[in-house]
Amino acid sequence: MMLGILGGRVYDPRNGRDGQVADIWVKDGRVVAADEVDRDRAELVDAAGLVVMPGGVEVHSHLVGAKVNAGRKLRPEDHRGHERARVGDLRSGAGGTVPSTYLSGYLYSEMGYTTIMEAATAPLVARHTHEELEDMPNLDKGVFITMGNNHFIMKAISEGRPDMARDYVAWLLKASRGYAIKIVNPGGVENWKWGTNVRELDDAVIGYEGVTPRRILETLARVNDELGLPHVPHIHGINLGRSTSARTTVETMRTLKGVPAHYCHLQFLSYGEGPQHIHSCEAPSVAEVVNADPSMTVDVGQIVFGQATTMTSDGPLQHMLHQTAGGRWMNDDVESESGGGIVPIVYKRTNPVNATMWRTGLELFLLVEDPWRVFLTTDHPNAGCFTSYPQVIKLLMDRGYRRERFGGIHRRARRGALLPELEREYSLYEIAVITRAGPARALGLDKKGHLGVGADADIAVYSEQEDKEAMFARPRYVFKDGVLVARDGAVVAEVPGRTFYVDAPYDPAIEGEIRAYFENAYTVAYENYAVVTGEVAHTEPVACG
Amino acid sequence: MSERLTLISGRTRKQAIGMHKGKDSPEYHAATELVEMNPEDMARLGVADGGRLTLRTEVGEIAMTVQAGTLPAGLVFVPMGTAVNGLVGAETLGTGMPSFKGLTVEVEVVEAGPAGAEGPRS
Amino acid sequence: MSTVVEHVACPFCGCVCDDLTVEVEGARIVKVKRACSSGQGVFMEYDPSPRTARVRGEEADWDAAVAEAAAILREADSPLIYGLSSAASEAQRKAVELADRIGAVIDSTSSVCHGPTGLAMQAVGEPTCTLGEIRDRADLLVFWGCNPDQSHLRHFARYSLNAKGALTPNGRADRTMYVVDVRETGTAKKADHFLQVAPGHDFEVLTALRLLVQGGEPEGDPIGGVPRAELEELVERLKSCRYGVFFMGMGLTMTAARQHNVAELFTLVAELNEFAKCSVIPMRGHGNVTGADQVLTWTSGYPFAVSYARGYPQFMPGEFTAVDVLVRGAADAAVILASDPGAHFPRPAAAHLEAIPTIVFDHGPSVSAAHATVLFPTAAYGVDAAGTVYRMDNVPIPLSKVIETGRPTDEEILGRLIEAVRT
Repeated sequence: MMLGILGGRVYDPRNGRDGQVADIWVKDGRVVAADEVDRDRAELVDAAGLVVMPGGVEVHSHLVGAKVNAGRKLRPEDHRGHERARVGDLRSGAGGTVPSTYLSGYLYSEMGYTTIMEAATAPLVARHTHEELEDMPNLDKGVFITMGNNHFIMKAISEGRPDMARDYVAWLLKASRGYAIKIVNPGGVENWKWGTNVRELDDAVIGYEGVTPRRILETLARVNDELGLPHVPHIHGINLGRSTSARTTVETMRTLKGVPAHYCHLQFLSYGEGPQHIHSCEAPSVAEVVNADPSMTVDVGQIVFGQATTMTSDGPLQHMLHQTAGGRWMNDDVESESGGGIVPIVYKRTNPVNATMWRTGLELFLLVEDPWRVFLTTDHPNAGCFTSYPQVIKLLMDRGYRRERFGGIHRRARRGALLPELEREYSLYEIAVITRAGPARALGLDKKGHLGVGADADIAVYSEQEDKEAMFARPRYVFKDGVLVARDGAVVAEVPGRTFYVDAPYDPAIEGEIRAYFENAYTVAYENYAVVTGEVAHTEPVACG
Repeated sequence: MSERLTLISGRTRKQAIGMHKGKDSPEYHAATELVEMNPEDMARLGVADGGRLTLRTEVGEIAMTVQAGTLPAGLVFVPMGTAVNGLVGAETLGTGMPSFKGLTVEVEVVEAGPAGAEGPRS
Repeated sequence: MSTVVEHVACPFCGCVCDDLTVEVEGARIVKVKRACSSGQGVFMEYDPSPRTARVRGEEADWDAAVAEAAAILREADSPLIYGLSSAASEAQRKAVELADRIGAVIDSTSSVCHGPTGLAMQAVGEPTCTLGEIRDRADLLVFWGCNPDQSHLRHFARYSLNAKGALTPNGRADRTMYVVDVRETGTAKKADHFLQVAPGHDFEVLTALRLLVQGGEPEGDPIGGVPRAELEELVERLKSCRYGVFFMGMGLTMTAARQHNVAELFTLVAELNEFAKCSVIPMRGHGNVTGADQVLTWTSGYPFAVSYARGYPQFMPGEFTAVDVLVRGAADAAVILASDPGAHFPRPAAAHLEAIPTIVFDHGPSVSAAHATVLFPTAAYGVDAAGTVYRMDNVPIPLSKVIETGRPTDEEILGRLIEAVRT
């Protein structure tokens, strides 16, 4: 099937296009050169005066799997009023901050997104994640596998066997059909199973001689590099939400200086000690370190005022949130691997802490100089719902709007703030970088996030509008693999997506060691653990090295 | 003579085994048409192990074989299944869950059971 | 010709033991190792002989039966889809799709089992863990209103009381066990401490425990039938344990206070976490009732008691729970998948099932199957069909296909039914 998107203003940063008028030609799901397409047999879309971008690439979002589904179950009240009726062959759904799977697919599609990364799955329950992804259409996917509190890896560190860690990680990514190494509060989640946590990079992890957060980070960073994985270690650091977070975040960045890594939802990890126990915003000092080290990428995790559902693998963090915010608390300790929890939350502009958090995220966006290294997220649903991305885009592109919104936050968060002095406005090109080209590059997805020949035909076409929130909330057309899936902000078709996973070589001798380890580490058989070929319908291995 | 007692129902191994053989099998019937009772309650009612009781609620009545069990006075236990469901009513207290436990039943002796039982005490 | 299939997962109860060995001769299962008596029943009592579909008791080919079922569903104004709990998630997803497309009410056996547990979780949250954490860390176990000695036969051996783990190398000797129940069950006989609670007084005892944990002074002695000193001792142990785990069951969900009992327990466990690591495990009954919760939640947002009648999912226990729907006579057709409400529902509800056309998916001679208008004797997941199930602690485990019978699966027939109702 062939398609031509004609005469639009193309924002394709990877290929240096900054609004030039150009035609985009598609054949069999890929962007092709013009001469490969028979114009008479192609479907032609008149994009004159419209903005054409690659489909959005979500670098970090909690959408599917055990923890997310527990969040859905926990919050029936958050679904009511956010229902979607079935239309034709499309499915119904519900959910405000934790939408059901089909609805999640449709909502991303309607925003012009075509690829998502599921931010955290414990490998023991990866099968669940993949089942849900099968029911989330119109998106290509990848799954980040949590490893920062994995017993086998900690054992390898303790025993001084880096090769053991490397081979295990390769095996694990294949067994879980995962895309990347995810590290969440390394060592802290294991300590939470003893009722405690970690506070410093060199704190001991209970039960594992010689294992510390620093050693876990260094080991997994080295493994990532040796395996040549498409993405870099994706790090949710220690002390998230605490006043010590900025300090230990900077220490972590210095520990891994020059070693490529991605720091997720950095806003939550950029606080200092403020007066009267209200955290201070340390975005400037954190941004300075980010700016100085070109090997790192970050995503912001911008707060959006309103309902949110915090859900992370960071068990002790979630308990702390329950203690401070009160209300419902879900915890789940996952044998030998991970943990996590859920706490519903509301962010208010009148709450000085929430307002400071909001300010911190925006300052990070505006102070990190290179848009190729700072990506747009709300750590959905932790800081806000992904459907708020258009609002965040408007805050970045329109300083008048930003100033107005700043005026409405608690005065203690405004006092001495840098934000009103930051005049920078993101351009459309830069928005295309932080929502498409940058994430795709950081993820090693070379057919995503751009519109050059060979790219997957994942394309979003927008009407340029003064109000950037309205513009990005309602694309005119969204194409997935060259198929029109949304028009005027409404889904019109469902296509299955692919799940990318990493297939890295490993020494087969590790399997015997893992099998023996299973006897004592797990309550499921080794033979029943790995996701096998055929279990997940649309997977695509990605080579490494 | 009949008495009002409190009934609870639940899973037993024999009920599960019987279920696998089929709900029309003799094993299933034997496993599910069984009521366990406190021995003092049994003595007061004048029934022995192996005796037969009728259990009754406004929904229906079922005949069951009685067996002494470790239960507090006033409480009887019947395995889950088709038999006890002849007694359980429609009330779910708005939750969808019927009253499978804590059900008030009228219990009447049909057959006192093997030798040794003397019939109802006056 | 005999083959041996190893690491077979048992689909019967929420334990989903996956260490079974099944010996097969041709298309017959001849031996099962390591299964409990219930698991033995699942495999050894399975009848692999060829079956046909049935319409109104008469043999029919599968396509004709699908057409008849589709006609019934197209005709119905208020169809009910019920059960799901012994079907693999692949089939459960189809059942939800069917409900979505025809505007049905869909409910699983949760509503007569741990539905109140789900309601409690929605009200207060749930601190929980996977079963391996219990085996490896738990030094204090409290079984409340459940009787694994009769319901989850290998639970003690594989996961809890007797299981040996990293921090519990001596198994039973490394643990203290409490049982709280209204009668001294087989489980209670294994306990170090049995607290006999007066029937209907669990809530009172739970509240008293919460007060004691917070350093308060509940009135009375005994409390809810339990001597106060025993409660005080339990609280001391809970506040000083390494990893305490509560297991809860129908003793809390089925008695008068229903979900309030469970919410009180979950709150107690959450509050204990100020002092010691504590978790709670609902003892899910059916092999894949947890999967039914998961599937229905990820597709609709809600775990059970869902209605699609308005074109989008609505959740209301008491309105859309199957027993209530049937008792009100509010369903005019029913699809019964992998469960036997004809046997397990109270008579007032089961009676209505006999008055409406029913489409039953069951390989065995269940009561519901006996009354079915259309019967699909489909394959049994875990025996002659592979699929995914979710263990009581939400860990997803693959089921094996150990024999070949050529029977279609629930997933396949539901898929055909979905196509047929659209045309």
